[in-house]
Amino acid sequence: MTTVFTFRIDGKDVAGSEGQTVMEVAEENGIDIPGLCHLEGIHDRGACRLCMVEIAGSPKLAAACMTKIAEGMDVTAHSDVLLEYRRTVTEMMFVERNHVCAVCVANNHCELQDMAEGLGVTHFDLPRISPKVDIDASHRLFAIDHNRCILCLRCVRVCDEIEGAHTWDVMHRGLETRVQTDMGIPWGESTTCTSCGKCVQVCPTGALFEKGRAVARGSKTKRPFLPWMKVVAEERGL
Amino acid sequence: MTCYPDASQASSDRGSGADGGIDMSRTITIDPVTRIEGHSKITIQLDDRGEVVDARFHVTQFRGFERITQGRPVHEMPALMARICGICPVSHLIASAKAVDDILAVEPPPTGQDLRRIINLGQIVQSNALSFFHLSSPDLLFGFDADPAVRNILGVARQNPGLARDGIGLRKWGQQIIEWLGGKRIHPEGIVPGGVATPLTAEVRDRILAGVPEAIAAVERAIAWYKTDMLRWEDEAATFGNFRSAFMGLVDRHGNVDHYGGWLRVIDADGKFLADRVDPKLFNDYIGEAVEPSSFLKSTYWKAMGYPDGIYRVGPLARLNVADRMGTPRADEELEKFRWRVGRVAGSSFHYHYARLIDTLHAIEKVEELLRGPDILSKHVRSTAGINRNEGIGVSEAPRGTLMHHYKVDDDGIVQWANLIIATGHNNMAMNRSVLQVARRHVKGDTITEPMLNRVEAVIRCYDPCLSCSTHALGQMDLQIQLLAPDGKVLDELSR
Repeated sequence: MTTVFTFRIDGKDVAGSEGQTVMEVAEENGIDIPGLCHLEGIHDRGACRLCMVEIAGSPKLAAACMTKIAEGMDVTAHSDVLLEYRRTVTEMMFVERNHVCAVCVANNHCELQDMAEGLGVTHFDLPRISPKVDIDASHRLFAIDHNRCILCLRCVRVCDEIEGAHTWDVMHRGLETRVQTDMGIPWGESTTCTSCGKCVQVCPTGALFEKGRAVARGSKTKRPFLPWMKVVAEERGL
Repeated sequence: MTCYPDASQASSDRGSGADGGIDMSRTITIDPVTRIEGHSKITIQLDDRGEVVDARFHVTQFRGFERITQGRPVHEMPALMARICGICPVSHLIASAKAVDDILAVEPPPTGQDLRRIINLGQIVQSNALSFFHLSSPDLLFGFDADPAVRNILGVARQNPGLARDGIGLRKWGQQIIEWLGGKRIHPEGIVPGGVATPLTAEVRDRILAGVPEAIAAVERAIAWYKTDMLRWEDEAATFGNFRSAFMGLVDRHGNVDHYGGWLRVIDADGKFLADRVDPKLFNDYIGEAVEPSSFLKSTYWKAMGYPDGIYRVGPLARLNVADRMGTPRADEELEKFRWRVGRVAGSSFHYHYARLIDTLHAIEKVEELLRGPDILSKHVRSTAGINRNEGIGVSEAPRGTLMHHYKVDDDGIVQWANLIIATGHNNMAMNRSVLQVARRHVKGDTITEPMLNRVEAVIRCYDPCLSCSTHALGQMDLQIQLLAPDGKVLDELSR
């Protein structure tokens, strides 16, 4: 029998089953905790650090998507400090690579753009790094522009957990970190990629896109949800 | 709906330089700047006797789109290139999309091509209207030496409200075509490699057609006004870039003006063909580009005549000069009158204004003709393909003249190299020559006088140069004039 825990998020009494995360229970209760790497149907990773919350009694912030609920927890998901923290995290995502919304394939359909707008990020105080970053357009159907990648790793997880191909993975460290196909070979030469396009569908920005799409005009439109992902995940007991 | 960059403040700030004689050592700053687009400087060189020996139009801004676009997927190019300019983004979209078509080795479906033509003509109408009514009509209405406080579009609106209204109406009509077909007025997104993004609906077609009669009436009123006033400006017509040169433009297979496709035709000052039915993709065989250390604007020249002798002009005047006919009834009628008044090959750049109005009339008629085509509502508006060539060239007529985009890509379609030749670059040498001519006529002694400054500005305005486009540069309108002694010493300086 499942144990039910009752606890509080932003002063609201909520309940969830043992094993659920703070993020899941918040979603069920209509409490919006921002996040860019979280996606229903695939394992959480805690990559983006936007869902950080305060837990009474803990000296550290905790990622809501990775923190399991406990009886009597007192979670603060929204405060001025957290807002400022989330703005800074978002800003860091922008300055780390080269994001130019006006000419991006995901303009107006971009979760990073929506996040910045929602959090009120109107300008950058941090200096831009402006790295020289490549585009891999070797695949017949798709391309990846690393300039727009925020390393949420949704592509890595969906490819592994749902498609079962594990074409995507991560290479290098720190600012040099890149998602990669197979062992760092051009995507078009990958022998594991099934060209299913799931990675393109789950990408929150314009980093992964269908080739030949013109810039802007909402050309990277996404399906609002991927119900099969959750079904597959449940079947596999993920 | 439309902003008038110069007019709102023109009356308050321009006064400081309005007196004629200016001390040699004084720098007079007139701010804000008026009615040309971009940062520029003019130097006028005097010899020992105080006579003008040379005049140069320097473009002092730089932007570097040819470099910025390296490393981007080629499908992004139209949208990236559109960002060069907020006034004529459509022109860059068209030339760029055509260059990418060439790389994909596809031809857009006929309806896709026609929709591109219509949006391009909408651009021609709105930009020509901006140049003639908003930027140039104040000089023509009030005279080149009138008080700058009234010599602006607001002054026009007070003195001749019908003229101002027609200008605003024409610009609105052209802008609306761009918005309805392209998605938005500035930097529209509807023009894509292979054709256009969305088919035309009957409702939009009818909405555009409903505005045609008034647009034609407006431009015909302006032509009638211009013709009655023309004689007042005989002196200016004689000295505003009145010289022998070649002319270049696109014509269709009947020899009519073609703003979208067709062949390059180049004629000399006597109307003799220097080249005809040249595939625009071969332009590199015919046109060279020279770089002058004094300007960020490259000068193009007709290779057969060499640099700097191979001077030619592009734009509305060139289109009228090279074409046999316009190809639409009302515009052809006006073309006949134009040629009767100014000759078969008009040599004076002053006539750009007149030509621009006829060009606009033709564009409106052509839009109507295309919209009434039987297949204009076809859903088949875009061709798709992969990367089939490593190099592509797109050429079209922008409001200011022939526009050329040339790209090279790798096998994955990543841009390796880009070169743009912009109308203002074609006209660079002609503008230099025109400024020299005006300076010779008006520079007296070693000071810059107000009549001379007014005319130098006005002669440049004939070409409607877009410095933002031509250097792919961003900037406010700016003009600085220096008068140089033989040893290079600055005798006088004025900036606007």
